[in-house]
Amino acid sequence: MDDSVRLQQIQALYLEYTHAIDEDELERWPGFFTERCLYQVIPRENDARGHPASLIWCDRRAMLEDRVVALRNANIYNLHWDRHLMSPPWLKAGAAPGSFVGRAQFAVCQTDPGGNTRLFAAGVYRDLIVFDGEQPRFKERVVVLDSFNVQELLATPI
Amino acid sequence: MTHAISPLDSFRWPNADYTRTPFRVFQDADIYEREMERLFKGPTWNYLGLEAEIPEPDDYRTTQVGNVAVVVTRGKNGSVNAFVNRCAHRGATVVRREFGKADSHTCIYHQWCYSPEGSLLGVPYRRGVAGQGGYPADFKPAEHGLRKLAVATYKGLVFGSFADEPPALMDYLGEHVTAHLDRIFVKPLKVLGYHRQKISANWKLYFENIKDPYHAGLLHMFAATFGTYRSTQQGKTLLSPDGGHAVVYSVMGTDNAETVAEHYQGTDNKYQADFALKEPKLLSWDPDFHDGIGNLIISVFPNLVVHQILNTLATRQVRPLGPDRVELYWTYFGFEDDTPQKTEFRLRQLNLVGPAGYISMEDGEAIRLVQSAIQGEAGTASFIEMGGRGPIVDAEHVVTEVCTRGLWKQYARLMGFAPEA
Repeated sequence: MDDSVRLQQIQALYLEYTHAIDEDELERWPGFFTERCLYQVIPRENDARGHPASLIWCDRRAMLEDRVVALRNANIYNLHWDRHLMSPPWLKAGAAPGSFVGRAQFAVCQTDPGGNTRLFAAGVYRDLIVFDGEQPRFKERVVVLDSFNVQELLATPI
Repeated sequence: MTHAISPLDSFRWPNADYTRTPFRVFQDADIYEREMERLFKGPTWNYLGLEAEIPEPDDYRTTQVGNVAVVVTRGKNGSVNAFVNRCAHRGATVVRREFGKADSHTCIYHQWCYSPEGSLLGVPYRRGVAGQGGYPADFKPAEHGLRKLAVATYKGLVFGSFADEPPALMDYLGEHVTAHLDRIFVKPLKVLGYHRQKISANWKLYFENIKDPYHAGLLHMFAATFGTYRSTQQGKTLLSPDGGHAVVYSVMGTDNAETVAEHYQGTDNKYQADFALKEPKLLSWDPDFHDGIGNLIISVFPNLVVHQILNTLATRQVRPLGPDRVELYWTYFGFEDDTPQKTEFRLRQLNLVGPAGYISMEDGEAIRLVQSAIQGEAGTASFIEMGGRGPIVDAEHVVTEVCTRGLWKQYARLMGFAPEA
């Protein structure tokens, strides 16, 4: 497979990821990651100052699956819809053969059951993408949150 | 202390054992203003930060007391200082960064320059320019420093007070709080980072929440199901003499499947015996203290919470943002001598706490729902009788709201709202 095909596949991965969350297909979300992975939502101030504390920190797909089950069955949080707005990803070849590093800026609007929409989050994805066979997946997705003063709470993934 | 006449002067608590809380106290702008004066600037100690955040001379960090911006600094001699972050000249914010190191602090507006202790070092054009202008001859820099707070530290926690003669910090904290701080703050700390969260609720709804063990085993299915905290566990509910501080904890492994199933009958599936994590590592932990306590919450009136939940250790600073909004500022820490594996436990378990945490996210939602639903209900009150009425005393269990009543006792006394006042 040549790189232009791979880049198209990765761009599709970025789009599918955000649409899956926004369409409330959270069960698809863990599948965008490799089995051993990193999904981390880190406040920008911590990232900038070298502090590791994160809002969400999962190092296996199984932890992502647990989060979806918890959100569906266990947790109480604000009822809302998400809408991700995202820049095109900026992609480059990664250090390991066949891997890619990616960056994309995002904003997430949240809408409450009364139809009131607010800007909920803004930041950047810092990603490492690998090919699991023919399928690109996130080996790492570090969500650096500019809006680290979280409005109310952060339940659904970004 | 004398106060101007106010419509609040006739406001009194409806009963003497504080089993009712008027919803008005969560909404009224005049009450909020009085809180800022009488509580946060009153005879209290407010948590400002950790000494570990300003380890070296000239280090500083900004913080908040009530609605007042404050700076905490480390002096040349190692002393810890705090001052209001407002220029003594025309009122501009002096220190603009959250953290830093500086041997002086200069206001950007007219270049008034202050020492790390908050004293005025110099002003431009004091004697004028070429014989023109300048300050009057009786201008004394010593009289124009930044407003300083009294500062006291305990086990690396920094407290500040606006009171002229604050009580001794140890007396203020009391026996239960110091005993449980002693349990946690045993070694030099390493700060792991911060969470911040703004909740659309009055700050006191949060302070009620964290001293209420009744909700903890019911709202938080995650805690109940996995036994990090359950109402059926052995635990204690301890109050300070004035009522405003509390220590609440439960001990893991002190209940059994039978009693849990029995007592969680009738809840909305808050205990799910057959629920398992695909990645159980989240809840595996390496206890720092060997007493079985999996969940401990210390609250110090009016703005500090210290928690230990499994391996996570944190302070939470309560920053009021008006009658209907509060910011929570979470500072996570471990110890300097933590192994990489211990740090990993702490970081992984952050998935439980903070604004995105399986347990803590729910508190934000619960108190937001209260704030939302009490609009227009200034004349009614909440009902606080779990654990009984009457004396406000320690309990040998966690099925009680007595700490909530204790909070209101101290609050009402300081605010002049006590029924006997």
